[in-house]
Amino acid sequence: MRIENLSFYYRSKPVIEGIDFEIEEGEVIGILGPNGCGKTTLLRNLNKNLNPKSGCVMLDGTDLKDMEKKEIARIISSIPQSNEIKFAFSVREIVAMGRMPFQEFLQGESKKDMEIVEDAMEKTGITHMADRYVSTMSGGERQKVIIARALAQTPKILLMDEPTLHLDISAQFDILNMVHKLSREEGLTVVIVSHDLPMAARYCDRIVMIHDHNIHAIGKTEDVLTQENMKVVFGVKADTVRDPDTGKIFVRLFDSCTSSEKRT
Amino acid sequence: MGVLILALIAVSYLELSWAPRRLTMSEVWAVIVGSDITFNDVIVLKINAPRVALGFFVGGALGVAGAVMQAMFRNPMASPYILGLSSGASLGAAMAMLFTISFIPYLIAVPLLAFVFCMMTMLFVYSVARVGSETHMETLLLAGIAISALLQAVVSLLTFIAGDKIESVVFWGMGSLSGSSWNEIFTIIPIISLSFVILAAYAKDLNALMMGDVHAMDLGVDVKKVRLILLIVSSMITAAAVCFAGTIGFVGLIIPHILRILTGPDNRSLIPLSFLAGGAYLILCDYLAHVIYPSMGILPIGVITALIGAPYFVYLLRRRKTEMGW
Repeated sequence: MRIENLSFYYRSKPVIEGIDFEIEEGEVIGILGPNGCGKTTLLRNLNKNLNPKSGCVMLDGTDLKDMEKKEIARIISSIPQSNEIKFAFSVREIVAMGRMPFQEFLQGESKKDMEIVEDAMEKTGITHMADRYVSTMSGGERQKVIIARALAQTPKILLMDEPTLHLDISAQFDILNMVHKLSREEGLTVVIVSHDLPMAARYCDRIVMIHDHNIHAIGKTEDVLTQENMKVVFGVKADTVRDPDTGKIFVRLFDSCTSSEKRT
Repeated sequence: MGVLILALIAVSYLELSWAPRRLTMSEVWAVIVGSDITFNDVIVLKINAPRVALGFFVGGALGVAGAVMQAMFRNPMASPYILGLSSGASLGAAMAMLFTISFIPYLIAVPLLAFVFCMMTMLFVYSVARVGSETHMETLLLAGIAISALLQAVVSLLTFIAGDKIESVVFWGMGSLSGSSWNEIFTIIPIISLSFVILAAYAKDLNALMMGDVHAMDLGVDVKKVRLILLIVSSMITAAAVCFAGTIGFVGLIIPHILRILTGPDNRSLIPLSFLAGGAYLILCDYLAHVIYPSMGILPIGVITALIGAPYFVYLLRRRKTEMGW
């Protein structure tokens, strides 16, 4: 997927401007930035929930503009930030909605659809609660249900908007471990929008850092998460250390910067 | 579904049998199969049958409109009555009855004006509650309640000024299945049937909308288009229900809720079930409106719909564990 010179305006104010990068197949890529930097807007442009003001998003050589929403939903699925569901749908009913992009106007779920649904629940480890009501579940459990729904779309690309928001720390690890595993084992491309530096450091192959409506830095996780970048973009004093056993990097957060420190 | 169809047949039979001296089952049957052509057939076919037909279609329409609005706005309080649509439609219908327009026949003018006013009310209430791309649910309900009160006052004012030319205030406030001719009923049946088919066809998209707009978009639903269709068609079905039967409250609010508690929120089954249950419920209420105080005449049907519906609804709410969602 290629994002070419993408700009989006809300009313006449630019939210993102001239964004240009490529998402590679099978990678886990993080779009990082502080709140209000336009990262969610960028994500929503990637599956035509919003239409760019200029520039374009190319998917396998086709402009998203020329594709129907339904066609896109067969390739790209997404996990929105809010997953509060007030209606007493069962888990299986929610996951089965993931098959909608593949059904005709008046068509219901086929036997094959239901097999895919069962498979998606298996992968996310929620088969045992298939008949429970989503409205009775914890945030972490509900997140898994929504991921199962997204997997039932048999996507090539999975977009996640702040997947760790509102979750217990253990649930954050569970969710991201699961998605990371899917990426490694099934070649799923995962795009995560987040402001959670430690989680991004642990799970992302590459990072795009957004600052002032534009890309501030892009590259391998360890190259982007520098002291300088974290200071300028997030306004924090932080550094990274390498775990001698696994070779992975960890982010250490110390303090916020004072305003005079931010300027230098 | 089967239970509901049986219940529908049973209440229709009851309603058909109503007469100052109650008809027996066999007497009603004799009329239906055509072997009785005495005065009983006047009661059954000329007086009772139109009420059954009107009750079924109006009750069904209100049930479906409520089900669709609650799902579309993700709000348990949404119904044609609360959102002001019923009042909008009654104002339109009352105006059509009051100011006869020479070049449009009465049978078209009443539903048409009801629809136009209903649609305008819906658009107004919706636009008040819409800020940017978000709908504020609290504002939606408050605007609906406010505009509903305003329009009802205008209708009351019209009935006061017009005297005998249009239906009474009680009719517009509580509704009635009396006095509708077959001509009127046959005007609204196609409108209600068509609207029902369209709404039922969008049930799957409506399911996705219940999860939230963003979820629905991610599932490939054209949210703007689907919502516009649902807004127009649910106004249409409400207008058809209200224009010859007045504003019958409570059916649209509680019928979908009761069915959701009993059979789940999937609109593919909920919408047809709401039609059957709404229809059966309204026929039952009309029958009770006849028999409770026979000496006093017929009670306004809105009294009965609320008298039975509200306690049963509260009972179901209490019995069910509240954290289950709705």
